[in-house]
Amino acid sequence: MSHSSDSLVAHHFEDIEQQNESAVLGMWLFLAQEIMFFGGLFAVYLVYRYKYPEAWAAGSTDLDIVLGTVNTVVLLVSSLTMAMAVWSAQTGRQKGLVRYLLATLVLGSTFLVIKAFEYYAKFVHHHVPGASFSFHSEHFPNADEGHVQLFYCLYFIMTGMHALHMVIGAGLLIWLITLALKGKFGPDRFMKVELTGFYWHFVDIVWVFLFPLLYLINRHH
Amino acid sequence: MTEGIRHSARREPGWLRRAVSCDHKVIGIQYALTALLMLFVAFCMVLMMRWQLAYPESPFPFLSNFFGEDDTRMPKGVMLPNFYNQLGAMHGTYMVFLAVVPLLVGGFGTYLVPLMLGAPNLAFPRLSRVGYLCYLAGIVIISFSFITPAGPSNSGWTGYPPLSVIETGGQTYWLVGIAFVYLSSLFLAINLITSIVQLRAPGLSLLRLPFFVWSQLVTSYLLLLAFPPLAAAAVLQLMDRLEGTSFFLPSGLVVTGKPLDASGGGSALLWQHLFWFLAHPEVYVLILPAFGIIAEVIANNTRKPLWGYKGMVVSAVFMGFMSMLVWAHHMFLTGMGTVISTFFQATTLIISIPSIIMATSLLVSLWGGSIRFTVPMLFALAFLPMFGIGGLTGLPLALSATNIVLHDTYYVIGHFHYVVAPGTLFAIFAGVYYWFPKVTGRKLNDTLGHLHFWPSLLFMNAIFIPMLLQGLAGVSRRLYDGGATYGFGQEVFFLNKAATHSAFALAIAQLPFVINFVYSLRWGKKSADNPWDATSLEWNTPSPPRFGGNFDKPPRAHRGPNEYSVPGKAKDFSPQWEPEEA
Repeated sequence: MSHSSDSLVAHHFEDIEQQNESAVLGMWLFLAQEIMFFGGLFAVYLVYRYKYPEAWAAGSTDLDIVLGTVNTVVLLVSSLTMAMAVWSAQTGRQKGLVRYLLATLVLGSTFLVIKAFEYYAKFVHHHVPGASFSFHSEHFPNADEGHVQLFYCLYFIMTGMHALHMVIGAGLLIWLITLALKGKFGPDRFMKVELTGFYWHFVDIVWVFLFPLLYLINRHH
Repeated sequence: MTEGIRHSARREPGWLRRAVSCDHKVIGIQYALTALLMLFVAFCMVLMMRWQLAYPESPFPFLSNFFGEDDTRMPKGVMLPNFYNQLGAMHGTYMVFLAVVPLLVGGFGTYLVPLMLGAPNLAFPRLSRVGYLCYLAGIVIISFSFITPAGPSNSGWTGYPPLSVIETGGQTYWLVGIAFVYLSSLFLAINLITSIVQLRAPGLSLLRLPFFVWSQLVTSYLLLLAFPPLAAAAVLQLMDRLEGTSFFLPSGLVVTGKPLDASGGGSALLWQHLFWFLAHPEVYVLILPAFGIIAEVIANNTRKPLWGYKGMVVSAVFMGFMSMLVWAHHMFLTGMGTVISTFFQATTLIISIPSIIMATSLLVSLWGGSIRFTVPMLFALAFLPMFGIGGLTGLPLALSATNIVLHDTYYVIGHFHYVVAPGTLFAIFAGVYYWFPKVTGRKLNDTLGHLHFWPSLLFMNAIFIPMLLQGLAGVSRRLYDGGATYGFGQEVFFLNKAATHSAFALAIAQLPFVINFVYSLRWGKKSADNPWDATSLEWNTPSPPRFGGNFDKPPRAHRGPNEYSVPGKAKDFSPQWEPEEA
């Protein structure tokens, strides 16, 4: 793309500042549409939660709050390490950058592994929507099985979409690590790290909304 | 910048290198040509439907020999009801998602916005290339459903469940295809917004932007914010179809006498809300860039600045905002309740205000102008009353009481086709005639242009006025036989023939355009760099603008976009790029 002697600036930009500002704006616009995408899913959640409060309470209570909480902590810490990675890139700390990126990748993967165990448990208990779905709860005798299944449909779609974003984020981190190992980042070139940071924090924030809505609200003991 | 120019002054790359390049002009032309092809395909679909409506269950001329007795779509050239429904769904889908939006935003937007900004390219050239590929993928996927045994989706361009979930045709292709179209318009939107914010030439402040650029900016925001919820809904509907979930399937559904095997509990109305949350702003995506084109053409051909430029900009922004708050006026008859209906009725009437401000500003712009009746201007002048009819016929639909009578009748079809066919399509033609010299370096032929314009204007009206009348008589838009077997359809059935014959005549009226287009590419009169004596920055480039850089030297904007007939000046236009004489 770049033809000029200063290989950092693509030829259609005046200078590096304009290029960076454009990249940041582009990322914000992308995140705005992501909010609208998840907003659509949250709207569906809201409608059905309003329609079927009993089933929602039953489904909520059935989710594994321990794994959910652990995952929340893991993800929040990964946001911290991501922020540290951006800071390392900006201040030219090459080793720190690789370490923090690696830490973020490990934490992100940990989240996905824990999520996989959670999914597996649902599978074993026949809580995955489909022909073999069954749900009975002593606490919620009135919860309609079909409606609880709808809760689980949404649970899997929403957390699944979130996990898909995590997988893409992990891919971006691996790409950044290979670039960082080649010494491609420094105080004058860190946009790729910064923008991946934007994305990563956004995906974290989605979870910060998913966790209370799916696991905490309406929980009964 | 200077480096970029030095680079492109080297040997010109071959056509293949250009065709796969990330130059916005190449991608814009590819968008435009692909979309024009889709426009033609979608028009052919509706011609076949029109035949069936005027001559129910009689064989289609010329085609009867191509189909055998046991053909599942058109045995011996007679259209079967299911195929009629499929064509209806595909006509809407192709027109909205694969033709008009890619043409206006992908074609005109990608090509013209950087030129009008004085920029060498869009902010993210590779993203623009990927976006075009996504658009192509969407076309291939949706079109592929035509050659599957079950055929394409038959549940309308709106994809309403429960039909869309239980139908056995190509709704899955539709959903996946729309997901790709969504990606394409997302990338377009990000690219255009970022470019307009970041890549304006020095001196080109926001209120010196041509109105066309403003319309593209607002349109891009609509695409950016309105499409994602539909994408989310499409994921859910895909799950309903493939994984047996029931987000949109209510309990107790009985299909052909048998209870449906679904867990139920879903809401079919929820889909309508999510769909129209996109699809109503999409209507403004169809009309705003059209206004942008018309504004440029009218300013140039009246030799006057636009009347009320600032008012038009504010109206466009306000209209974009309001368009997100009117979606449920498509759903007055769903029983969502009078309180909600009242709200959406009020917002719908409010949104007509900015439309009227824009249309009126353009109309008043004609006042006292020394009008040049060029071919693009003819289309622009026709746009105003045609859009006016489209807009005014919408008012009875906006009121929930009168909507009860008119809902789902041919009146609705007539209304929105007035907006998008002699409205948006005329704007597109105006734009093609106006910018063709810039894009190709040659002018389109005027005589052929007149031969294209006058019959088109006549037949457009001859197609859609009968529909308004039929709708007032109560004919439903969904009837496969055009109302032949219904009591209320009898008296207005002859109007079907009028509309159908006019539609075929309209098709013939497009021949001069096609001939003109192909002929002028090769043999048209060579055009100067600024053949219309226009003022905005795109005319400060060679015709066609140079590959990989556009401008000979980076331009600077010295004044507003439409400074025509400035008192005391020697010539009647003051281009943005010319410095003020001392």
